[in-house]
Order: sequence, then C-alpha cells, then structure tokens
Amino acid sequence: MARANAPALDAQSLPAKKRATIERLPAAPVRAPRRVPHAHTAKTAWRSRALNGALPWLLPLALLGLWYLGTERGWLSEQVLPPPAFVYQTLGDLITSGDLWLNASASLQRVLVGFLIGSSLGIGLGLAMGLSKTIEDYLLPTFNALVQIPVLGWMPFALLLFGIGEPLKYVLIAHAALVPVTLCTLQAFHEVPKRLLEVGRAYGFSQRQIVTDIVLPSAVAPIFTGLRLGFTKAWLSLVVVELLASSEGLGYLIAYGRQLFQLDLVMAAVVVVGTVGLLIDRGFEFIERRLNKGRTTTTRSLA
Amino acid sequence: MSTLTVARSSQGPRYRGWVVPIVGIAVWWLAASQGFSDSGLLVSPGKVAVTAWEQVSSGQFWRAISASLARDLSGFFIGTTLGLVLGCLLGFSRLFERLVGPSFNTFKQISLFAWIPLISVWFGLGDVAKVVFLSLAALVPVVVNTCDGLRSVSPALLEVAKVYGFTRWQTIVGVMLPAALPSIFTGIYLALVYSWLATIGAEYLLVSGEGIGNALIDGSEHFMMDLVLFGMIVIGLVGWALNVLARRLERRMQRLYGILPR
Repeated sequence: MARANAPALDAQSLPAKKRATIERLPAAPVRAPRRVPHAHTAKTAWRSRALNGALPWLLPLALLGLWYLGTERGWLSEQVLPPPAFVYQTLGDLITSGDLWLNASASLQRVLVGFLIGSSLGIGLGLAMGLSKTIEDYLLPTFNALVQIPVLGWMPFALLLFGIGEPLKYVLIAHAALVPVTLCTLQAFHEVPKRLLEVGRAYGFSQRQIVTDIVLPSAVAPIFTGLRLGFTKAWLSLVVVELLASSEGLGYLIAYGRQLFQLDLVMAAVVVVGTVGLLIDRGFEFIERRLNKGRTTTTRSLA
Repeated sequence: MSTLTVARSSQGPRYRGWVVPIVGIAVWWLAASQGFSDSGLLVSPGKVAVTAWEQVSSGQFWRAISASLARDLSGFFIGTTLGLVLGCLLGFSRLFERLVGPSFNTFKQISLFAWIPLISVWFGLGDVAKVVFLSLAALVPVVVNTCDGLRSVSPALLEVAKVYGFTRWQTIVGVMLPAALPSIFTGIYLALVYSWLATIGAEYLLVSGEGIGNALIDGSEHFMMDLVLFGMIVIGLVGWALNVLARRLERRMQRLYGILPR
C-alpha cells in the first residue's frame, strides 16, 4: 500500500511542471498487496494480536514513566513520592534481609488460622440453618442484625474484651470470614434447583437421600464461592487489624513505614499485600471455575 | 464485611426471631446485675441506655453522626459519579477496556485499607483525605457492575437493534443502558454499603475531627464499654437504614424504567 500511495502524494506536492511525467507511472502497484492475501492477513493478524497483548501494559508503563519523571525532575519531594527505583530497592532489601519473610509468614499464619476457624463455623452455621427451618427461624434474624455491624465496628469491643494480642486478630479475621461463608451456604440451600427436588420426590427419595444426594452436591459450588469471598474479606480485615494493633506482619510494615514517613517502605509493603491477595484470589478462582463448569450461580451476586 | 443478608425462607411463626435477642439481653442483664465479673467491662444494658440518652440529649451524638454522614454521602456521590463514567467507558469501548481494564482489575485487588497510609501522607488527616478514601471505596463496585452490566447485554437485543438500523448512539441509549440498569443499580447499592464501612474505617485510621468512629475510639481508649456498645449499635442501625433506603430507591427506579412489574 505504501508504494502505491507514494506517487499520488508526490504528485500533489510537486510543482505543476513535473507532474506530467510522474502521472504517467503505472497504477498497477495499487493492487499488488491483494495478490498474496494469505501471507498478508496472517502477518497482520499476528501484529494485531501482539498489539492487543501490549495494550494493557501501556497504562501502567505510562504511569511508571510519569512517576519516574516526576521524582527525577523534582515535581514532588521524595517524602511525598519516593522514586520507583528506591521502592524497588527497599523491596529487594526487605527480601534479602528476611524481614519480608518474617512479616509475611506472620500475616499468612494469622489469616489462615482466622479463616479456618471462621469458615468452618460459617459452614456449620449455614448447614444448620439450611437443613432445619426451625433453627433458621430462631437464628437468622439475629444473625442478619449482627451482620449490619462491620468488622471495624466490632474492633473496639473486641479490643476491650481480648486485649491487643493474637486472639484479637484471630477473632476479627474469623468473624470477617464467617459472614459471607454462612450467607453463601444458606443461600446454596435456598437455591437447590426445584426440578432436581421434584425428580427426587418422584423417585421416592427419603428426606435423608434428598439431602445427601441432591442438596449437598448442588451446594458445593456456591459454598466454595462463599469460601472465596470469605478469604477476600479475611485478607482485607487482616490488613486493617494489623494496621491498628500489631507488632509484626505486612499491615504493621505499612503502619511502621507511615510513622517514620518512609513511603518507600509503605509502597513496597502495599505491593506485597496486593500481590499475595491477587495470587490467592486467582487460586480460588481457578478452583471455583472448575467446580462451576456448566452451571450458573446466583450466589455470585452476594459479592 | 459484607452487609448483605439472606431473606428468611420459611413461613414459620415470627416470634421465633425475637427469642435469641431477648434471651441474650436477659442473660446480659442478669450477669451485669449479679456481678458475675467485676472487670468493669460488663456494663448493664441500663447503663448503655443511659449513656445513649446522655449522648443524644447533649447534642454530641448529633454532631458526630452528621459529620459522619456528610462525609459518607459526599464520598459516595463523588465515587459513584466517577465510577459511572469509568464503568461506561470500560463497557462501551473495547479499546479502552484493553487499555485500562487489566490495570483496574489489579488495582481493585489491593486491599482498600492499604491505601490509607499513602492517602494520609498525600492528603493529610482531614476531611479531604477521608473523602478521597471514601470515593475510592464507592468507585470500585460501581465500575465493576456498570461494566459487567453493559458487557452482558443479551446479543439478541443487540441484533434487533441492528436489524432496525439503530445508530450507535440509539443502541447505547435505547438498548444497552436500559438493559444494564439492574446491574448498575446493584453497583450503586453496593457503593452505598461500602462507603459506610469505609467511613468508619476512615475515622478509625485517619484520627481527627468528629464522627461516630471517633466516638468509638474514645470509648475504647477510656475503657468505657457503654460508649463502645452505643457506637456499635448506631453504626449497625445507620448501615441498616442505608441498606433499606438503597433497596427502596432501587425498586422505585426499576419500576420507573419498567424492569419490574408494577
């Protein structure tokens, strides 16, 4: 195409005297590229795919460039926005000195213990309410009322009751995980496909058979969605709890950096928190997708 | 921190729901009046009621709650507006989605509260920092749900629009936006819920000025369990009221746009 367009362009820009000779050039090249459509489309397809793959990186790279320029040119002082290289270096220091490992393992341990306690209680509570209408009648209104108070609202209460030690973190993280797990489990029981239940009844299933063969299998995927949500909430509240009351952990690293006005440390810790959260979420999502193959969940709307 | 609830499924007698709370309060009352524990943390329900009355009559409560709500709503409006714009851009333009979508998805994974230290250094501890944080909290669900809603408009509807020769503008206004409305409402509803949570968080972590979260911290620092319990109840009630209000508005809007039968 480029070759075909070139003479036309020249013809316009050149003085009138020379135009006559140029106009006589054959127009054939216009069609030339069309003769080899196969090779050509394959090439553009590859190119557009490469471009498509590169597009998402443009914005982060532009921001990074702006950040770098801003600190390099001194638009912002280092205290307000440390240069990217500095943050990177701090991150490297954290890794080599083992501080990162120490704090990350403390955080992970807390979140795992809290999540395990909270989600097992949540599944238990959800199962109890899902299986027995009586229990649901007694407990659900109270549960719904207590759920209105967010984790942060419980915090001062728990602080007075449990002090500032490990139990406080476990209790708050467990509470954060418990709520979505319970709600999703209960929702799963409410949303068992009616048709399956009818089939079960038509085949004369006993109550017990209906529960073990129909209700529970169809509830597995929604319950898993609840677990994923629960973990997200647990991770979120871990950061809050550690920001407010702890002497180790990733949240503490953030709070510590803020107190010393070491924004490089804050940013490095935020990056770690984000990465760990992202990895765990992706892991859960992967398993969830496998469980969810070929079914639609309405529990998703609880997110 | 989800404040969404599951509705009751059975038609059992209503009184059953009241049994647990009433028994709980009775046990609490008994425990406090019999002096099972002398830790001073076991305050009686009566004391909490007295504190509540003092707070309300002295006007302290009204100052705190109005400061909190003003912050909550301004952050909510800013965040929702920005979220709608960003969500629409993401939903309508494939190019914009490729450009910004992955960055946004990574960004939303970062735990919201991890931004607080950075925000506090950049914007201080005052109302500006809190409103920025609140807008951030409200922005994310609106963007996600708006974009999702626009993306999942049924292809059949789009084909009809094409058959009738709709222009791009007509397709957007006449087909895509109405079809995406329920999802957009869900986003706004979630934004209202999240921004209330974030209000408490902001008052907690960016300590300055007045607000219901600050009242809670005061109570916790002075070992005043009655004040703490009163604050918790207020937070729960406000959250519940916002929840109900949002759901009402959602219903009304849906009726207005003919999504729900009257």
